[in-house]
Amino acid sequence: MLAIAAGTITGTFARLIMLRSDYRQYPSVPHGYVIHLALGLVAAFIGAVAPPALLARRYEAATFLAIAAQQFRDIRSMERDSLMAMEDTELVSRGSAYIEGIARIFEARNYLAMLVALLTSTLVALVPLPFGLFIGVGGGVLLAILLDKLIYWRTVGEIARVRASKITFRGASMEVEGIVMANVGGERIRQLIQKRGLAVIIEPFDDNASATLANLGQRQAIAHDAVAVLGVTKDVEDPEFTPLVRRNIETGRLAMVLMAGEPDLESLLAAVRRVPVIENVVHKPLSTKAGRIAAD
Amino acid sequence: MESESILVIITLKRELVLEGGNAPVFFAQDQEEQERVSFVLSKILKGMIHDLENGVYLIVRH
Repeated sequence: MLAIAAGTITGTFARLIMLRSDYRQYPSVPHGYVIHLALGLVAAFIGAVAPPALLARRYEAATFLAIAAQQFRDIRSMERDSLMAMEDTELVSRGSAYIEGIARIFEARNYLAMLVALLTSTLVALVPLPFGLFIGVGGGVLLAILLDKLIYWRTVGEIARVRASKITFRGASMEVEGIVMANVGGERIRQLIQKRGLAVIIEPFDDNASATLANLGQRQAIAHDAVAVLGVTKDVEDPEFTPLVRRNIETGRLAMVLMAGEPDLESLLAAVRRVPVIENVVHKPLSTKAGRIAAD
Repeated sequence: MESESILVIITLKRELVLEGGNAPVFFAQDQEEQERVSFVLSKILKGMIHDLENGVYLIVRH
């Protein structure tokens, strides 16, 4: 009984510390917290019940874990559906790749909460009391903190150099360091872009980074997060002020143009560096033999 | 990828735009009128102005 209680509480605590919200993370409202804490509690309880049940030779406890895994897959589709439903209302959409990445993380974090509960409950059940309680809870908390540190999204700043640049016009063609961004008609709009637009160059460090940054979903995530931080000078009737992320096909460099609501270049660079690298779009050609031949 | 479509053509030179396309064509007397009409139409249609750099502007929905 004690083992189950300790495991459930520690597991829920683990879910709580992984439920941070910063500007890009999605549960930023009380109801989002309630949903995920409740599901985290369920996950922790299932994880905590298993060891004592198995110790009592009730092996059917294993099937509960299997059912739980099935249940938590629904969390992924729940997050995906709700973010997808929001897409049309965003001035600059997240993009399906980013949404998929976020949804996967929500699912994974429930398993982590379950794992922490499992460890705590096992230790409390096996080690004689009262040491068992301390060792169990201590071990659980330690695992929670460790997992939180180890499992994180890499950021664009870790795979590429992000620096400021500037927008130039050649006729109607908007360019950033030779990368053609778009054809922009209308002198008034060109002047506005020249005046307020910010330009950023993202230079991938290697071929892996280049392949990852080429993904359209990754680029959309960069645009979305930049807008989430700095805002955008744009309404539904101003498609010409949509942030653009374009690629130099020779070098793999990306250029982004943003009509920021808050035109602060330093803030923009920091925001772009902190954009997560979406794990489903990561490409690693350099870890294949054929890819390394092409690298030199 | 969604498909782009030309919503309106605003031209200074009639001879550059042929009949028979599915986008309406507006004829502008001078560049100032072309700029103004393009801007107004782009806001109405939520499209973006593009410049073919030969006296023809397009409003395109992306």
